[in-house]
Amino acid sequence: MIWAWGSLAFWALATALNVWLARAHSRNRAVRLFIPALFGATLLLVWEGLVRSLGVSPVILPPPSMIGVRIAESLPILWADFSQTILKGALSGYLIGCGVAVAVAVLIDRSPFLQRGLLPVGNFVAALPIVGIAPILVMWFGFDWQSKAAVVVVMVFFPVLVNMVAGLKATDALQRDQMATWSASYWQGLFKLRMPAAMPFLFNGLKIATTLALIGAIVAEFFGSPTRGMGFRISTAVGQLDLPLVWAEIAVAAFAGSAFYGLVAVIEKGVTFWHPSQRGRA
Amino acid sequence: MKDLSGAQTVIEAKGVGLVFETGDGPLQALKDISLTIERGEFVSFIGPSGCGKTTLLRAIAALEYPNEGTLTVNGMPPDKARQSRAYGYVFQAAGLYPWRTIAGNVQLPLEIMGFSRAERAERVARVLKLVDLDGFGKKFPWQLSGGMQQRASIARALAFDADILLMDEPFGALDEIVRDRLNEELLKLWAATSKTIGFVTHSIPEAVYLSTKIVVMSPRPGRITDVIESTLPRERPLDIRDSAEFLEIAHRVREGLRAGHAYD
Amino acid sequence: MRSVLPILTVVLAIIVLWYGATVALNAQWTRDQAARAGVEVGFSEIVRDTLAQTRPKLPAPHQVAAELYQSTWVEEVFGRRGIVATGTLSNRSLIYHGWVTLSATMLGFAFGTGLGILLAIGIVHSRAMDMSFMPWAIASQTVPILAIAPMVIVVLASIGIKGLIPKAIIAAYLSFFPVLVGMVKGFRAPDAMQLDLLRTYSASRARTFWQLRLPSSVPYLFASLKVGIAAALVGTIVGELPAGASAGLGARLLSGSYYGQTIQIWAALLAAATLAAGLVVIVGAIERVVLGRMGMRS
Repeated sequence: MIWAWGSLAFWALATALNVWLARAHSRNRAVRLFIPALFGATLLLVWEGLVRSLGVSPVILPPPSMIGVRIAESLPILWADFSQTILKGALSGYLIGCGVAVAVAVLIDRSPFLQRGLLPVGNFVAALPIVGIAPILVMWFGFDWQSKAAVVVVMVFFPVLVNMVAGLKATDALQRDQMATWSASYWQGLFKLRMPAAMPFLFNGLKIATTLALIGAIVAEFFGSPTRGMGFRISTAVGQLDLPLVWAEIAVAAFAGSAFYGLVAVIEKGVTFWHPSQRGRA
Repeated sequence: MKDLSGAQTVIEAKGVGLVFETGDGPLQALKDISLTIERGEFVSFIGPSGCGKTTLLRAIAALEYPNEGTLTVNGMPPDKARQSRAYGYVFQAAGLYPWRTIAGNVQLPLEIMGFSRAERAERVARVLKLVDLDGFGKKFPWQLSGGMQQRASIARALAFDADILLMDEPFGALDEIVRDRLNEELLKLWAATSKTIGFVTHSIPEAVYLSTKIVVMSPRPGRITDVIESTLPRERPLDIRDSAEFLEIAHRVREGLRAGHAYD
Repeated sequence: MRSVLPILTVVLAIIVLWYGATVALNAQWTRDQAARAGVEVGFSEIVRDTLAQTRPKLPAPHQVAAELYQSTWVEEVFGRRGIVATGTLSNRSLIYHGWVTLSATMLGFAFGTGLGILLAIGIVHSRAMDMSFMPWAIASQTVPILAIAPMVIVVLASIGIKGLIPKAIIAAYLSFFPVLVGMVKGFRAPDAMQLDLLRTYSASRARTFWQLRLPSSVPYLFASLKVGIAAALVGTIVGELPAGASAGLGARLLSGSYYGQTIQIWAALLAAATLAAGLVVIVGAIERVVLGRMGMRS
C-alpha cells in the first residue's frame, strides 16, 4: 500500500508544484522544460506505484522499472530490430518516397490541368487507410526490408506531394511580377523564388511523413518479416506474453519516432529560419 | 552623365487602349492614352483608384498587354525592352525575399541576368550606398523597418542600371514622416543618376513635389484628363511645398482630378 | 466544377496504368503455366489470361469491382446467408465487415473527440495543464502509436475485454490527439483585440468561452474532425489485424493475405477507402452547413 499512497502523494505534490511554477515563473526557459518533465516523471511514478501496490500481473501491465531492466538486458535484440525496421525499412522508404514526391510536385507544377486533377485525388488518397496495402506489397517485394520500404514510399508520397504542390503555389502575384520584370526564365523562377518559398510547406509534409514512415515499416512486418524487426518482435512477444519486451520495443519506437521528427525539425529550423513561425524562437 | 538637353523620347504611347475580361463582362481599363516621356523626366501618374494608372505603368513594363494603339519603350515593344533590361520596377510592397539578406536580395536580379560574382558584389555595394543602406547588407529584411525595406527594393531596381525606373505607389504603405524623407532621397537619387522615372501615386503633394510632369487620370474608362508640366526648379528642398508656385500646381492637379470626377 | 475534367482524366489514367500493371505483373505466371504445359502463348492470349487469373499478383480493376459487387449486393440479396434470406447481414459480405469496422470507428471517434474537446477546454483555461500536458501531447504525435495497436488488442483480450471495445479504444486514442491539438488552436483563435473587447464588458471566463472562443473554434473543429475520423478508421482497421479477429475490414485484409486471395484484399481495401472517403465527405458536408449557418464560408 505504501507504493500506492506514496505515488499518489507525489502526484499531488508535483501537481501543486507545477501549478505554482506555471503561475509564478512561466517565462523562465528552464521552468518551461521542467514542468512537462515533472509531469512525465509523475506519470511513470504513479504507473509504477499503482502496478506494484495493486499487484497487477506483468502480463497485463509491467511496471516501468521492469521495462527499464528489460531494455538494458536486451540491447542487442533491440538494436538488431531497430536497424532492420527503422534504418533499413523506414529510412530508405522515407528518402525514396519524399524524393519522388518532390520531383513529381515540380513536374506537375508546370501543368495547371494536372494540378487540378491530381490534387483532389492526392488529398483523397492521403485520407485513406493506406497501411492496408501492406499485405499486397509484402506479397510483391518479399518478407525483407524492401517490402517495408515500399509500404513507406506509398505512405509518405501523398502527404509530401500535396504539401509541396501547395508550397510551390505559395508565392504572391507581386513576387511573380517581379521575376517577370527581370525576364527570369522558368527554372530561375523555380529555384530562386518558388522552391525557397515552398520550404515551410515541404517541411510540414516531411514532418507528418516521419511518423507515417515508422507506422508503415512496423505495421508491414505484421504481414510477414524475417525473424527480426520491431513489428515482428512486438507480435511474437505478445504471443509469448513477454510484455516487458513489447514495452521495451514500444519505448524504442517512441524514442526513434521523436528523434526522427526532431531531426527533421532541426533541419527545418536551419532551412526556414526566415519564416515567421521560426523567427521568434530561440 | 547623359545629355539631358537633347530631348530623346523614351516612352511613347499612341492611342493605347486596354480591356480586361472580367466575370461581369469586359472592363475598359485604359482608353485612348497618348503620351510621350523624354529621357531624364520624372513623370507622376495621379488619379483615383480604378483610373488605370497602375495598369498603364504595368503595360509599359510588359506586365499587361494593350489591345489597341502602340506603345514603345526606347523605340521597342515593351517585352523587347524588358529583355534588354530597360527598366527597374519598384512595387507597392518591398517584396524582399525573407530567406535572403538585404545584399542577397539586391543581387537577385543580377544573378538572374548572369552578372559575374565580382561585378555583383561591386554593384550591390554601390547601390546600397546610394539608398543609404551601407552596413545593412548582411541583415535580413524582417530585421529592418518598412522604410528601410522599401529603400532596399529601390536599390534592387537600381542594381542592374536600367535607364528607366518604374515605381508603383512605392511609399503608399509608409507613414507620412518616412515618406517625406524617402521623397527627398528619391529626388537626390534622380539628380545623381539622371534616370527617367515613372511614378504612380494618389497623393497630390507627393506628385507635385517630385515630378517634372504630372499626368492626371480619371476612371471609367481610364484616360488622361490633363498633363501638367511643372515649373518648379529641379533643385527642390522640402519647404518648397509651402511656396505659392507649388500650391498653384497642386491646385491645377486638384482641378484636373475634379474634372475627371464630373463624369460620375 | 472546372476540376471535373482534370480529375476524370487522372482517374482514367490511373485505371489505364492499373490495367497495364496487371498485364505486366501477371504475365510471368501465365508464361510459366504455358511453359509447363509446353505451349506457346501470343501477346493477346497473355493479356486475356492476365486479366482473369484467380490469384493474380495484381487483380484487374474489373475483377475487384466484380468481387465488390459479389460480396455486397449479390451476397446480401441473393445469398443463402444474406439479409434478404435470414434477416441478418451475411458474415461473408463486405457490408457486414464494413459495419463492424464502422461501428468501432464511430464509437471510438465519439469518445476521442469528446475527450479531446474537454481536455482542450482545460488546457486553454489552465496554464499548469497547458505547460505540463501540451509538450507530451505534441510529442506523442511523433510516436508510431498505430504500430502498437495490435498489442493493445491482445493485452485487452487477455484480461477479457474483446470485440468492439478494444478497437474503439484505439480509434479513440488516434482521433483524440488531432482533435486536442486542433481545438487548443481553435479556442486560442480569437485575437487579442476581440478578447480585450470582452474584457471591457467585464465578461466572465465562461461567457467569453461560450460567446467568443467556442464560435471561433468551429472551423478548427471541423478541420480536426476530418483528420480525426480518418485516423480513427485507420486505427480500427489496424486493430483488426491481429490473428483471432474474425470480423472487420482489417480481418478481411489479413485473411486475404494468409490465403493469397489478392482479389479479396483489394476488394477489402477498396471498401475501406470508400468508407474513409464517405466519412470525410459527411463531415465536410456538415461543416459546410454549419459554417454556412454561422455566416463563415470555408
